[in-house]
Amino acid sequence: MLDNAAKGDDLQQEFVTFIAGGQNFCIEITQIREIRRWAPVTVLPHSPRHVLGVINLRGAVIPIVDLAAKLGFAPIEPTERHVIIIVAVSDRIIGLLVESVSEILGVRQSMVKETPRTQEDEAVKAIEGIIPQEQDMTKIINLGILLPQSGHLAA
Amino acid sequence: MAMDNAILDAFFEECEDLLASLVDGLAEMCAGTTDTETINAVFRAVHSIKGAAGAFSMDALVSFAHKFETVLDALRAGQITADDTPLKVLQRAGDVLSDLVEAERDGTIVPEDRVDPVLADLNDFLGDTQTDDDEAFSFEALSLDLGSADVSHSYLCTFTPRKAFYDTGHDPLLLIKALKTLGPVQVRCDLQTLPTKLADFDPQDGYLTWQVSVGDQSDDLKIREVFEFVDDLSDLQVTLADESADSVDHRVQSLPVEEGAALIDLPPPPASDDLPVPEAQNTQIPPKPATPDRGTRKSSASLRVDPERVDRLINAVGELIINQSVISQRIQEAALPTSSDIFSDLDDYKLLAREIQEGVMAIRAQPVKPLFQRMLRIAREAADATGKSVSILTEGEATEVDKTVVERLADPLTHMIRNAIDHGLEDPETRLASGKTETGTLRLTASQKSGSIVIEVSDDGAGLNRERIFEIAVEKGLIERDLQLSEPEIDLLLFAPGFSTASEITNLSGRGVGMDVVKTAITELGGKISIASTAGEGTTFTISLPLTLAVMDGMVINVGGQTMVVPIASIIETVRPTATDLATIGLQGNLLRIRGEYVPIIDLGARLGDHQASCSLTDKVLLLIQTEAVQQCALAVDEIFDQRQIVVKSMQGNYGEIPGISGATILGDGKIALIIDTDSIASQSPPHMPDPQNLTEDFRRVG
Repeated sequence: MLDNAAKGDDLQQEFVTFIAGGQNFCIEITQIREIRRWAPVTVLPHSPRHVLGVINLRGAVIPIVDLAAKLGFAPIEPTERHVIIIVAVSDRIIGLLVESVSEILGVRQSMVKETPRTQEDEAVKAIEGIIPQEQDMTKIINLGILLPQSGHLAA
Repeated sequence: MAMDNAILDAFFEECEDLLASLVDGLAEMCAGTTDTETINAVFRAVHSIKGAAGAFSMDALVSFAHKFETVLDALRAGQITADDTPLKVLQRAGDVLSDLVEAERDGTIVPEDRVDPVLADLNDFLGDTQTDDDEAFSFEALSLDLGSADVSHSYLCTFTPRKAFYDTGHDPLLLIKALKTLGPVQVRCDLQTLPTKLADFDPQDGYLTWQVSVGDQSDDLKIREVFEFVDDLSDLQVTLADESADSVDHRVQSLPVEEGAALIDLPPPPASDDLPVPEAQNTQIPPKPATPDRGTRKSSASLRVDPERVDRLINAVGELIINQSVISQRIQEAALPTSSDIFSDLDDYKLLAREIQEGVMAIRAQPVKPLFQRMLRIAREAADATGKSVSILTEGEATEVDKTVVERLADPLTHMIRNAIDHGLEDPETRLASGKTETGTLRLTASQKSGSIVIEVSDDGAGLNRERIFEIAVEKGLIERDLQLSEPEIDLLLFAPGFSTASEITNLSGRGVGMDVVKTAITELGGKISIASTAGEGTTFTISLPLTLAVMDGMVINVGGQTMVVPIASIIETVRPTATDLATIGLQGNLLRIRGEYVPIIDLGARLGDHQASCSLTDKVLLLIQTEAVQQCALAVDEIFDQRQIVVKSMQGNYGEIPGISGATILGDGKIALIIDTDSIASQSPPHMPDPQNLTEDFRRVG
């Protein structure tokens, strides 16, 4: 197993893998604050399609982004079974709605491969690198895509 | 500097107060007050700054303050008289002094060409009278907590032994003797509690209070050590002694005393001057009951608190208010009988929570006076730099504003005042030519108007040159030349980024910051800025700011199934319209007829992007609101739930700006409600047709 071989390596990184839009993605574990179950949100007016609304996270107002929709997949119809990953990007705290969280993956940095250049769609642009796995691979999300390009989350 | 930062900070805080009283005093002198108390106050301020600065070896500051003080001293002694010119120099000297203090704080250096001319002017006054007496260099202790600094104080210990003290065989004399080894002492005995009738007198009991002032102490630890063994047998207070109070008290008499109980029979001996007596046996007894506070240091009227602590308290109060609404909601859900006492208790809770909140916010509130004083200085400098003659009036200095607001107003106000003097007011010649007085007037006012603070900067200058503003906006590519704009719209161009009316960049205004920066700063504070200008008569900039940043009263409403909040401050009244109250204009425009006036109706849901067919207006509630953008308009909402205090949470941090929404709040059930920005709703042009690709097609989809 790749992640077994990686154990004890200084440059080991850990990723949380999850499913969004039917595909396998992951986020570096240090960027994740917590994982919660889906709860109804307060809808924001004039918001882009992928911004579902805001929730109250212990007194803070946190926007929830449908990651699948953001990446260009079909939007998720949120239910109790869906999961929100709370991430910290720059100074912001944002919640990502995903279909499910799978596992924690420990890999050496050398295992992270560059994203192969293919057709540049939203999803490909958001991928920082890929980690090959036995049967599949998982793609590292660049959370920078969630940041506003012009003072607005509507990137 | 190896000095502890906390001490330095205390010094600069103290300096701020001293500078404020300096500015006050100078202003009074300018206004024609000549009484010695005012001059003395000014002198004391300068002297205290000098003294403390000396302790920190801030040489530049000390030498300037010394010169300043010498002049004030001469003025005080009547060697020179204060007419117009010296007063101007004194004011400038006051400005330079604050500059020097600021420079010390920021670790910068004030350029010599700023200091030297004023110094030369000060020297000019002194002329022959100048006797550079080094006596004025004597050190005056500031009321700073200098901690380990090598400053010594007198401490006043008020020591009251209880019965147990005597029961266990202690002797106050031994303690006083022990104090004597620490430094010069001066002892007084308070007989106030002594029974007047011998029959009431219990020889076993203790009735006496000794007040011992101990000089030359750096702290009170040593003194407390002396009393360590009798800690629980007596009451002890150790306070910093006020130098002036303990040295002159003619009513105090001295007499030899052996032990407390012997005192009762003693006849009052003849009065003697009360010099510090380093003899423990010479206990001085006031013949009449002295006021217990005599000799203790006058406690300062204000309290210095780390703002961080206040902020923590404010956050906690915010949570308390949320918690209060959670509890009310829970109780409502519990469907208790309405006769239950809990409802009145709940009301009490609500009131208390509000009282606490107001109290806490009041801690943060500060008068705008220091800010205004700073602005006066800026205005003077600007007037000097432009060679214009300006008289500056301030009003409402006592108006209190949240501390953050005061701090963050400084930059925009500075800019506005410089602008007003540089661009607003005309040259003296131009003014005379247009039949005005040579001296221009700049007015700076603060007032509180229904839930907001209004600050106005107005000048009696030429007014805005709208043609030129338009031209410049076209030149800078901000607008198209063929655009037709109303006067207020042209005025608003001033706030456009990249706009600056100065045809040449003066070193005063036009430093690359435009009015857009001012506007941004005000908007960040949740405030608004507007302009009113009449050609030939002047320009007024009005800033209105919310009273507090964190909490406000809101009306909780339902719009398209979403719970939202409208600030009460902007609501005039609520109306449930009947068909006859409504009128239609054009294809879709709806009007509300109220008291003979027609007011446009804005469907709040539609404005926020809910494009579902909404029900008829007669089923809705209209909130008549007043905003700056439009005189009045009516917001159509589906339902009004409640009216309550809400804690404002910003959306900016994690999300960004949303048109029409100023923030969010957390409701009793833990859900988030958005707060409507009525101004932005009212001024927005009707919503763009929704772009199906980008917009949430169905506003009600979730939640």
